[in-house]
Amino acid sequence: MKAIERYQEIFKTVFGVEDEILETLEYQGIAQWDSVGHMQLVAALEEEFDIMFDTDDIIDFNSYTAGKEILKKYEVEL
Amino acid sequence: MSEILERLCKISPYELNKAEKEKIYKEASSDLTRHHYQSCPEYREILDAIGYDINAYQEVEKQPMIPVRLFKEYDLLSVPRDNIVKIMTSSGTSGQKVSKIFLDKENTKNQTRILAEILSSYIGKQRLPLLILDTKLALQDRSMFSARGAGIVGFSTFGRDIVYALDENMNIDIPSVQAFVGKHQKERVLMFGYTYMIWQYVVGALRKAGEQIHIENGVLFHIGGWKKLKEQAVDTISYNKAIQEVLGNIKVHNYYGMAEQLGSVFVECEYGHMHCSNFSDIMIRRPEDFSVAEMRERGLIELVSLLPTSYPGHILLTEDEGEILGQDDCPCGRKGKYFKIHGRIKGAEIRGCSDTYERH
Repeated sequence: MKAIERYQEIFKTVFGVEDEILETLEYQGIAQWDSVGHMQLVAALEEEFDIMFDTDDIIDFNSYTAGKEILKKYEVEL
Repeated sequence: MSEILERLCKISPYELNKAEKEKIYKEASSDLTRHHYQSCPEYREILDAIGYDINAYQEVEKQPMIPVRLFKEYDLLSVPRDNIVKIMTSSGTSGQKVSKIFLDKENTKNQTRILAEILSSYIGKQRLPLLILDTKLALQDRSMFSARGAGIVGFSTFGRDIVYALDENMNIDIPSVQAFVGKHQKERVLMFGYTYMIWQYVVGALRKAGEQIHIENGVLFHIGGWKKLKEQAVDTISYNKAIQEVLGNIKVHNYYGMAEQLGSVFVECEYGHMHCSNFSDIMIRRPEDFSVAEMRERGLIELVSLLPTSYPGHILLTEDEGEILGQDDCPCGRKGKYFKIHGRIKGAEIRGCSDTYERH
């Protein structure tokens, strides 16, 4: 699976959402992506890509799109 | 994030001295007062009723303070209700009214950001393995978050490989804790929990079981009331000593903060003093006439925070009693006021803190 597909798969699994809404997905934009959901997302991404986010990046990770940029810092090319 | 918060995030969180802080606070808190006046009808009514001149730039001590219990009586919002993403509740004991704090995205994010600024000055920017001295169950009921659950989630941002030390029945899960400690033997580990629950369900349980955990390098942050501990004649020194006896080599930091002002917390330094950071301030009021008390005079605690934007909670009169011990001259080197809390005032409405737990 390509990295971008793995990235998408995590959002779909953690939040139970469909492909169509991924691009517009934002933190606090849906009920599932609240602070608890955010922790689950972070844990899932860290495990999938074997990385560890800095605290600041966890705070800045506020949308599906923003997350792609943040992952670049950890040498994950999507 | 407002310009002033951005600016303060660029310096160490305990850097402002008295003169610098007064200057910044006069302007920043006046701006907040004006913002809430314009955006929250109930707040405006209160200020109009007391004849407050909203156009003046005043010292913080001359600005109106809101008693915390007002958040129980009214839904106070300074943004449209549609913008609210989280409603924080103080977990009062059953049958009593709970405070409701309405948070929008911006306010929530600032809380996390500022908490990170303050705590990283103690533990660094690295995320550490985290042992939560609580149960996962505290995270249930996500839309109406209790202060207890929010504290855990808020703290989780600083941790990794998170393990919960208590099971759903509040029993300590010794094998899980041992496994966590074994896995992270060589690292510094972070711990978080509520003051009384740690005492009862961790210290108490381990003592009873005759078990000890040997953490080599840990740092514990705990928050919550001391009422029940005082009844058992437990003070900071005996509390910290007990923690070290059962858990190992742990640096213990008590901290203080209201559900009504999450983020801008007050942390106890290595000299046992609670410190205001750049993001918050404290004043002591005489209960008879609400005048400002002298240094080392006991009175009601008033708290100022630069964070609240979606609800009018930037200047609060608490129901806690305390005294200011000094300013800019703590031996730990942190600038700002440092203080001591004496607990809930007599005659205040009886209310549980975040660390209330009732067995069913």
